[in-house]
Amino acid sequence: MTICKGLSRVSETIWEIRPSYKKGMRVPARIYATDKLVRQLDDGVIDQITNVATLPGILYRAFCMPDGHWGYGFPIGGVAAMDPDEGVISPGGIGFDINCGMRLVLTNLTYEEVKPRLRELVDKLFARIPAGVGSSGSVTISQDDFRDLVEKGSRWCIKRGYGCEEDLLTTEEEGCMRGADASKISHRSVERGLSQIGSLGSGNHYLEIQVAKPENIFNRQIAEAFGITIPNQIAVMFHCGSRGFGHQVATDYLQIFLKAMTAKYHMNVTDRELACAPFRSPEGQDYFSAMKCAINMSFANRQVILHRIREVFSDVFHKDPATLGLKQLYDVAHNTAKIEKHCVEGRWRQLLVHRKGATRAFGPDMEGIPDIYQKAGQPVIVGGSMETGSYLLSGVASGAQSFYSTAHGSGRAMSRTQAKKHFRGRELQQQMEARGIYVRTASYTALAEEAGAAYKSLDDVVEAAEKAGLSARVAKLLPIGNVKG
Amino acid sequence: MPFRYLDDRAIADVAFEAWGATMEELFISAADATVSVMISDLSMVRPREQRHFKLEDSSADMLLFNFLQELIFYKDAEKLLLRAKELKIWQQGDHYAVLANAYGERIDASRHELLVDVKAVTLHRFSLTSGPGGWKAELILDV
Repeated sequence: MTICKGLSRVSETIWEIRPSYKKGMRVPARIYATDKLVRQLDDGVIDQITNVATLPGILYRAFCMPDGHWGYGFPIGGVAAMDPDEGVISPGGIGFDINCGMRLVLTNLTYEEVKPRLRELVDKLFARIPAGVGSSGSVTISQDDFRDLVEKGSRWCIKRGYGCEEDLLTTEEEGCMRGADASKISHRSVERGLSQIGSLGSGNHYLEIQVAKPENIFNRQIAEAFGITIPNQIAVMFHCGSRGFGHQVATDYLQIFLKAMTAKYHMNVTDRELACAPFRSPEGQDYFSAMKCAINMSFANRQVILHRIREVFSDVFHKDPATLGLKQLYDVAHNTAKIEKHCVEGRWRQLLVHRKGATRAFGPDMEGIPDIYQKAGQPVIVGGSMETGSYLLSGVASGAQSFYSTAHGSGRAMSRTQAKKHFRGRELQQQMEARGIYVRTASYTALAEEAGAAYKSLDDVVEAAEKAGLSARVAKLLPIGNVKG
Repeated sequence: MPFRYLDDRAIADVAFEAWGATMEELFISAADATVSVMISDLSMVRPREQRHFKLEDSSADMLLFNFLQELIFYKDAEKLLLRAKELKIWQQGDHYAVLANAYGERIDASRHELLVDVKAVTLHRFSLTSGPGGWKAELILDV
């Protein structure tokens, strides 16, 4: 069965494009999708994932996850592993919002206990965690402190009382990428990010109060290992990144790479957003160190937000956070490039894995995931639309096929302009409240852009990921309260 | 408005085309298109503060890229929404340069209906062209 030119079916949820499809492709491109999702693929995805397959040093395959859609440079949902010695690093394979990611926090409260206090809870979260265009966070620090923070990540926050050591154990990389070097970031990037620690941002960034209903638990054993043990247990999920700091780091190096790529390294790419430099070059290593600073800023941003969540719950329920069971389940990134050890065609080797809008999903017994989750596999947090719910997944052994990567969200099905024509923010807010979801937003127009119908079905995305063997469903979490950026 | 948003590409982000009789007019249109992604009504931006800057680049399109990035920088670093007004663009040897005056005010959620934040200007399908009718640019903003 062929849906569009060049796309051949490998299995029920795996599609492949051979290197003969486009001049310069070094490896095949593989797309994960059900029949329904493959029919929803936009034109940009095929073009972009086959462009990724042309990058110097790419190994095995270029991958596009089931929520893939048209991005810039890489498609959103793109995964590419490079030979660190022969290959390149590309800021366009990570995205401007470096270490944009998801954090999931559990409570020991039930829906019945939270429902009477829901409005107060959401209103206070909305007040304490700034969201929207150019929003500033609540942490005021000097530029020197900021440079220290971006080298230390969440650890910087814990030292200053924003959370506890235990939070680090349930954060990817324990909240601090080693090798971050603040001498590789620009003054402008510091100026852009300085005031934004502890803020959500806007667009599809949000904070949500969710409920884990018993009928939405798909794997009880793993759910319990992850801490979901009570019927109708309340959780808080949020999605945000490295704010203006990360955006500026990516912008700075995009320009450096554009110049060095042709003049110094004599490389050409099909899309300037794929600007790259050899990973081992001075430019490649400088970007890698600066990108790690942005990864750390993002971990710190989410750590401060976690602290604010604890403060608000404590304030509303008049109990300390420990008594309320406010415990981080996991924090996972979906816009990164990292050195990881993988087995490619029978040989273990170090690879530089780019994931842009794709989540790392390590299987059971793998290094790099917390001891408490060794048997279950790495928790994977996949954010859905604010109307339809999100998923908690687990990494599986068969994820080796995609360098242990899976989906990160549902993927847009409708442009922002189309969504604004179809939906009105205030009406949507009222309709959602009638359905038991209380929303506060920094912008009613932005709210309309994030309507559930503007997104693909997350059920379809996680089903495709599971059938393909990338990850397994653990629980679906339904929204009851939302703070929208 | 001398710009329009393009719906048929990069659906998660915002694509637009902007135009002008001169390169200066085009830069001003593209700046307004960028700021209009973040607030609903440009006329609500009062010229209370002024920023003056000069930028140079080896190509005209990268000059536009940097010019728009400058406005995004001020939005985060100083919380300023700026509209470019007086511009002068010239070629200097093998470089292009722009001298700009931009006017605006701090973001005020009580006065400005805020929309969605612009993270960056992307270079995916970024183009700057000139023809008998003047100058035109097409680009995608990451939001």
